[in-house]
Amino acid sequence: MDQYYLNLLFIGGSFVLYMAIAVWARAGSTSEFYAAGRGIHPVTNGMATAADWMSAASFISMAGLIAFSGYAASAYLMGWTGGYVLLALLLAPYLRKFGSFTVPEFIGDRYYSRSARLVAVLCLIVASLTYVIGQMTGVGVAFSRFLQVSNSTGLFIGAAVVFFYAVLGGMKGITYTQVAQYVVLVFAYTVPAIFISLQLTGNPIPGLGLFSTYEGSGEPLLTTLNQTLADLGFSSYTAQDGTPSAVINMFLFTLTLMIGTAGLPHVIIRFFTVPKVSDARLSAGWALVFIAIVYLTAPAVGAMARLNIMDTIWPNGTQNAEAAQIEELPVWFENWQTTGLLGIEDKNGDGRLQYYNDEGQPIDALGTTELQGNELVLFNPDILVLANPEIAQLPGWVIALVAAGGMAAALSTAAGLLMAISSAVSHDLVKRSVNPNISEAAELWWARGSMAVAVAVATWLGLNPPGFAAQTVALAFGIAAATIFPVLVMGVFSRRINNVGAVSGMVTGLVFTVGYIFLHKGWFFIPGTESFPDTIEGSLFGIQSTAIGCIGAALNFIVAFVVSGRTADTPDEVKAMIENVRIPRGAGSATAH
Amino acid sequence: MSDGTGRRPSDASGYWKANVRTIIGCLIVWALVSFGFAILLRPLLSGIAVGGTDLGFWFAQQGSILVFLVLIFFYAWRMNKIDREYGVEED
Repeated sequence: MDQYYLNLLFIGGSFVLYMAIAVWARAGSTSEFYAAGRGIHPVTNGMATAADWMSAASFISMAGLIAFSGYAASAYLMGWTGGYVLLALLLAPYLRKFGSFTVPEFIGDRYYSRSARLVAVLCLIVASLTYVIGQMTGVGVAFSRFLQVSNSTGLFIGAAVVFFYAVLGGMKGITYTQVAQYVVLVFAYTVPAIFISLQLTGNPIPGLGLFSTYEGSGEPLLTTLNQTLADLGFSSYTAQDGTPSAVINMFLFTLTLMIGTAGLPHVIIRFFTVPKVSDARLSAGWALVFIAIVYLTAPAVGAMARLNIMDTIWPNGTQNAEAAQIEELPVWFENWQTTGLLGIEDKNGDGRLQYYNDEGQPIDALGTTELQGNELVLFNPDILVLANPEIAQLPGWVIALVAAGGMAAALSTAAGLLMAISSAVSHDLVKRSVNPNISEAAELWWARGSMAVAVAVATWLGLNPPGFAAQTVALAFGIAAATIFPVLVMGVFSRRINNVGAVSGMVTGLVFTVGYIFLHKGWFFIPGTESFPDTIEGSLFGIQSTAIGCIGAALNFIVAFVVSGRTADTPDEVKAMIENVRIPRGAGSATAH
Repeated sequence: MSDGTGRRPSDASGYWKANVRTIIGCLIVWALVSFGFAILLRPLLSGIAVGGTDLGFWFAQQGSILVFLVLIFFYAWRMNKIDREYGVEED
C-alpha cells in the first residue's frame, strides 16, 4: 500500500478511536468534568499521566537532543523522571486528600487568601499556555510531514479533535483518550528502537543494547561511537565537562527540571482522579513505569541513530576511506531535504558527502579527498525520531505508526494543559472568586465554555507562534519550579507559613525567575533586548537561564519563612486543615467539594 | 472531613514523624543517585567500567531512573504499612 494511505489509515484510525472514547466517556457533573469522578484506577491513571506528561518534545525532540549532546542531555532524562519521586513523596497524596479540583484552589484555601489564589492562577496560565504552543505546532508539523496538508490545516484538524473530547468529556474524556494515546505512542516509540537495537547490537531491549557490543566493530557500542566522533572532530559522547561551572549548571538545571516537573499543574491534577490517598502514591509509581519505558529507550535511540548516520555517511570507516556518494545516499536524505530540516552542500565538488566537525580537530587521515568544510550543513535533531524507521529501513507501517505516535504525544499533552487552564478559569476565577453561588449545572457550562475558549486561544497561538515558542522549557519549568512547587510543599509540611508569607514567596520567585530569563533571552523574548548572553560564562550569576528556576524556588522558601515569622500566625482552623491533609483516612468523603 | 477514628493527637504526630523520616531517607537516595553518582561524584566512579563507558554515565542515563522507580514503590508500600500501624489507613 502507498505510504500516504498507510499514514492516513493509522492517523485517521487513531482519531476515530479518540472520538469514540469521547462519546462513551461524557462528563455529567463538575466532579466528572474536573476530576473524572475520582474513580480512576491507579494503573489507568499512571498510563494517562504518562501520556499527559510525554509531550511532542519528549517524543520527537528528546532522542535527538541526547544524540547530539550525549552525557550533558542526561539532565533531561533525570530531571523529567526525578520529579515523580517528589510528586509521590511530597505532593500527590496530600493534595488528593485535600480533595480540591485545581491547584490554585488548594493554594487559595490553604493560605486563606484570594491574592494567593489569583497569583497561582496567573502562574498556572502562563506556564501552561507557553507549554501548549509547542504541542499545537507539533501537531501541525506532524500533519504536514506525513499527510501532505498545510501546517495550518493540520493544526485545525488536531484542534477539532481535542475540542471534541475535551469539551464533551472534560477530565473523564481526557483520561481515557490519554490511555489510548499512551498505547499508540509507546508502540510508536519502542518498535523502531527494538529493530535498530537488534540490527546494531543483537539485543532486543534498546536500553541494554546501549551498553552492549556493536556488531559492526566487535567493541562496545559507546566505545565505537566515541572513537568515530573523535575521528570526525566532535566532542566525546560520554565524557563529562568537568569544569566547576559546567558541573554546577548541570546540577542546577537537573534540579530545576525535577521540581518544575513536580510543580506543573497539568501533571498534579491527574492525581486528583484516583479514589484514595494510597492510590495517589502508587499511581505516581505507575506513571513513572510507563514513562520509563520511553525514557530508558530514548538514550539508546539517540546513541544508535547517531552512530547509524555516521556509518551511513562513512560506510568504509573514517581512516583513509571514501565518504558515501551523495547520489547513492538512502532516500530519506532526499525526503528530509525537501522539508528543510536537512541540508547537504558538496563544497569540494567530489560528489561525496564529507560529514565532520570543521570547528574541531578531525584526524589527518579523514577521507581520501581534500576537505573544504563540513558538507552536512544542516541536520535538525528533530528528524532523528521521525526518520528513524526510514534510517533503519523498516516497513511502511512502522513509519505510519510513528506518525500516529507523534500526534498522540502532542494531543494528549495539549488536552491535559487545556484542562488545567480551563478548570483554573471556571473553578478558581468564576466559582471561587467571582460568583460562589453559581449552581453546579451553570459551573459545568462555564467549564465547557472556558475549555472551548482555551482550545481556540491555543489554536490561534499555534498558528501564530510567538518567537519564544522554543523557550518553553526555560519559562514553563522555571515558573512551575519557582512559584507553584514551593508553596505546595510548604502548604503541607509547614503549619507556620501564612497568607502573607506565601504570596510574598510566590511573587519573589516569579519576579526573580522571569526577570532573570528575560535578562538573558530578551524582555518578553524580543530579540536584542537581552542584557547578558545566555552562556555559562556570560550570564549574570554564571547560571544559564534554563537552570535558574531552582534558585527562584530557594528564594521563595526563604522569603516565605522570613515574612511568615514576622506576621500573624496561621488561624487554628487552617492548622486543623493541615493536620487533616496529612492523614490518609477520610479521603473518600473529601470528594464533595 | 474528620478522620473519624477518635485517636489521641500524639498518634497523629507520631505518624507524621514516621512519614517525614521515610521521606528524608528516600530523598537522600534520590539525590545520591542523580546529583551524586551521575553528576558530582562521577569522576570518583570513573574507574568502574560499564559497557564501553563508566558507572556515572550509566547512572545518568539509566540507573537513576530505575532507582527512582524503586523509591516510589518502596514509599507507597512502606506508607501503607505505617498507615495501618497508626490506624489512619483508608477504609
